[in-house]
Amino acid sequence: MRKYKYLTFRRITQAAVLFLFFAGNFFGWTVLRGNLSSARVLDALPLSDPFALLQSYSAGALIAKDALTGALIIFLFYALLGGRIFCGWVCPVNMITDAACKLRKYFHLDAAWKSWDIGRSVRYWAAGLSIVLSIILGVAAFEWISPIGMLHRGIIYGFGFGWAFVLVVFLFDLFAVKNGFCGHVCPLGGFYSLIGRYGFLRIGYDRDRCTLCMKCVDICPEKQVLHMVGKQSGAVLSGECINCGRCIEVCDDNAVNFSSIYSNKYSHKK
Amino acid sequence: MMPERRDFLLKTIKSLGLATAGGLAWSGFIEEGRSAPLMLRPPGAVQEKQFLASCVKCGMCVEACPYDALNLAQPGDGSPVGTPYFIPRTNPCRMCNDIPCVPVCPTGSLDKALVSDKDKGGELILNINLARMGLAVIDRETCIAYSGIQCDACYRACPLIDKAVTVEYTRNVRTGKHAIMAPIVHSNACTGCGLCENACVTKKAAIFVLPREIAMGESSERYMKGWDERDQERMRDVTDKVTTETPRSEKKAVDYLNEDVF
Repeated sequence: MRKYKYLTFRRITQAAVLFLFFAGNFFGWTVLRGNLSSARVLDALPLSDPFALLQSYSAGALIAKDALTGALIIFLFYALLGGRIFCGWVCPVNMITDAACKLRKYFHLDAAWKSWDIGRSVRYWAAGLSIVLSIILGVAAFEWISPIGMLHRGIIYGFGFGWAFVLVVFLFDLFAVKNGFCGHVCPLGGFYSLIGRYGFLRIGYDRDRCTLCMKCVDICPEKQVLHMVGKQSGAVLSGECINCGRCIEVCDDNAVNFSSIYSNKYSHKK
Repeated sequence: MMPERRDFLLKTIKSLGLATAGGLAWSGFIEEGRSAPLMLRPPGAVQEKQFLASCVKCGMCVEACPYDALNLAQPGDGSPVGTPYFIPRTNPCRMCNDIPCVPVCPTGSLDKALVSDKDKGGELILNINLARMGLAVIDRETCIAYSGIQCDACYRACPLIDKAVTVEYTRNVRTGKHAIMAPIVHSNACTGCGLCENACVTKKAAIFVLPREIAMGESSERYMKGWDERDQERMRDVTDKVTTETPRSEKKAVDYLNEDVF
């Protein structure tokens, strides 16, 4: 069970957030109302998606105080915590992308359906494009087509044709690019990579304990962030790490652990 | 040129090209979805263009509505995805006095000031009668009251009875001895709640709510009701630079009237 400690936690937080939103609409619970775009905790604390608001602002909207406060809270939370905690622990699309990845692995499909190399920086282009299109078209461009929005709104208020967008993500990840949407394309992921870059919660790697089994790199959905494995001790400094903790679980040698960015133990040895 | 620099330039150009292609397809999709102007928004909604920019699709207004009248548009509804709207024929706005859908809006897309009076201290007092969600219009050909059959369903259903909907008595010329009691909607009072559309007895409602921009015309500066002081008010800011120059004025009347005759 220790092998799935963080995975279990992550599934619980992902499901709990969705369930509380659903209950807010369905049973009228006040714990969490709204959805991942904008919400209210206990009818008091506002929370808002800072990237959605940035798009709205680019589209020329005057935004009220509540949404600004909420966006600031979310921005500071993830910026201080670091990495893409949202992507790993909250976003429901993580379950879709993980399911496709698991299928690829279970049926050993990586060799037969070779993943297209589209590059990890597509997400930054997509994030930039979201802002540019929002300015030109006067609407929040990514929110208009976001499979994330389709999924959480679908679960909370009913899907309509939105399931198709979610299925596209699954099929794209299964047949075209491994970890395709979340690991390469998603502009929201790109946005959180940028703001999570300087937060304190990091994955620390200890070269002295490592036996070079490479299980951590194998399981990681963002392999490029573990470039130091086998070379030198250090913390994962890239904001692209989703802090999912899978690398920690699969390591048999206790060479990978959560650490603070300030911890000396994992500071780069030159 | 250095090979690395060439390589970098080519890569950048490729990325820019692909981003343009993607961006164009993306904009096409958005423009397609935006062309759905027949949406009725919740009370206090800001002007539609501003609304589309500022609404973050959180659904809190939908949750707040005690009558479940509001929906979040889903893909396939043919309307901007995730934005709130209501369909009066199935579930009209009940015009709650405390307007629960408006104060919960985090972005101000539903603006409290648009549905409030100001008291002496400048404090906002909610007044649902100020809502302008749409305007009810009547199809006289299918409205049975206009044919002389007695029906006042919409008039009775209207929360602003005798203000937003009144009944006009005229003589029924066909029979020569009956009255026609025809409903008339007044745009200065109608909130667009749709209770009339919901109550209408015809198979497809003969009175129905349209967004005000679609249902209403707009007076030009060339005509004024000289007998109406309020209409004169409209002319206050009109400059004397108004001209009667039109594309027609380019030629003399004799010339364009005789054009294409022979």
